[in-house]
Amino acid sequence: MNQILYLASAFALGCFVLGMVLAVFRLSTGPTMADRVLALDTMYINGMLILLTLGLRFNSPLYFDIALLICIFGFVGSVAMAKFLLRGEVIEP
Amino acid sequence: MMPDLPLWAAAIVSFLLVVAGVFALTGSLGLVRLPDFYSRIHAPTLANTLAAFCLVVSILITASFGQHRFVAHSLLVSFFLIITSPVTAMLLMRAAIKRQLRHELEAREKAPKQGETASE
Repeated sequence: MNQILYLASAFALGCFVLGMVLAVFRLSTGPTMADRVLALDTMYINGMLILLTLGLRFNSPLYFDIALLICIFGFVGSVAMAKFLLRGEVIEP
Repeated sequence: MMPDLPLWAAAIVSFLLVVAGVFALTGSLGLVRLPDFYSRIHAPTLANTLAAFCLVVSILITASFGQHRFVAHSLLVSFFLIITSPVTAMLLMRAAIKRQLRHELEAREKAPKQGETASE
C-alpha cells in the first residue's frame, strides 16, 4: 500500500517541477517588472513544496527545516523587491 | 524509508498529494495563461497557498503515523505562508499600480501637448 504513496508523491513532484518551469518561463518573458517578481515568488514556493515532498518521500526531518528557511527568506526577498519597485530603494532613512 | 501506513491513511495522504500537485500546477499555469498582471496575481497567491496546506496536512498524517504520536510542527509552514502570502500580493499590487500610473502620467505629459495646443 506504500506503492500508491510513491506514485502520488511522484505525481506531485512532477506537478511542482512543471509549475517551476512555467514560472521560469514567466520570469524570462515577463512584460513588467512586477510580473518577474511574482514569478520569482511562485518559484520559491514551488521549490519549497518540492523540498517538503522530498522530505515526505525520504522520511527525513531535515528537509522540513530547509523548507521553513526558504519560506522565511523568500518572503523577505519578495517584500524587498516589491518595496524596491514601489519606492526605488529598499531601506529608507 | 517511508513508515508503513494503514490503507485508509495511505489513501488520504495520496489524495492530498495529488490535490496539492494539481493546485500548484493550476497556480503556475494561471501565471502563464492569464492576460494581464492584475488578473495574473490571483493564481499563484491563492493556489499555491492551498497546495502548501494540502501538502502540509499529508506530511502531518505521515509523521504522526511514523512516530506514533501527534506531530504538528509541519503546520508552521502553512501558518507562515498564510500570513506572508497576502502581504506579498498586496505590496506587489501596490507597486504595479503605482508604476502603471507613473507610466500613464509620463505618456500624458509627453503626448497630448499637441492636442492642448490644437485645442487652444
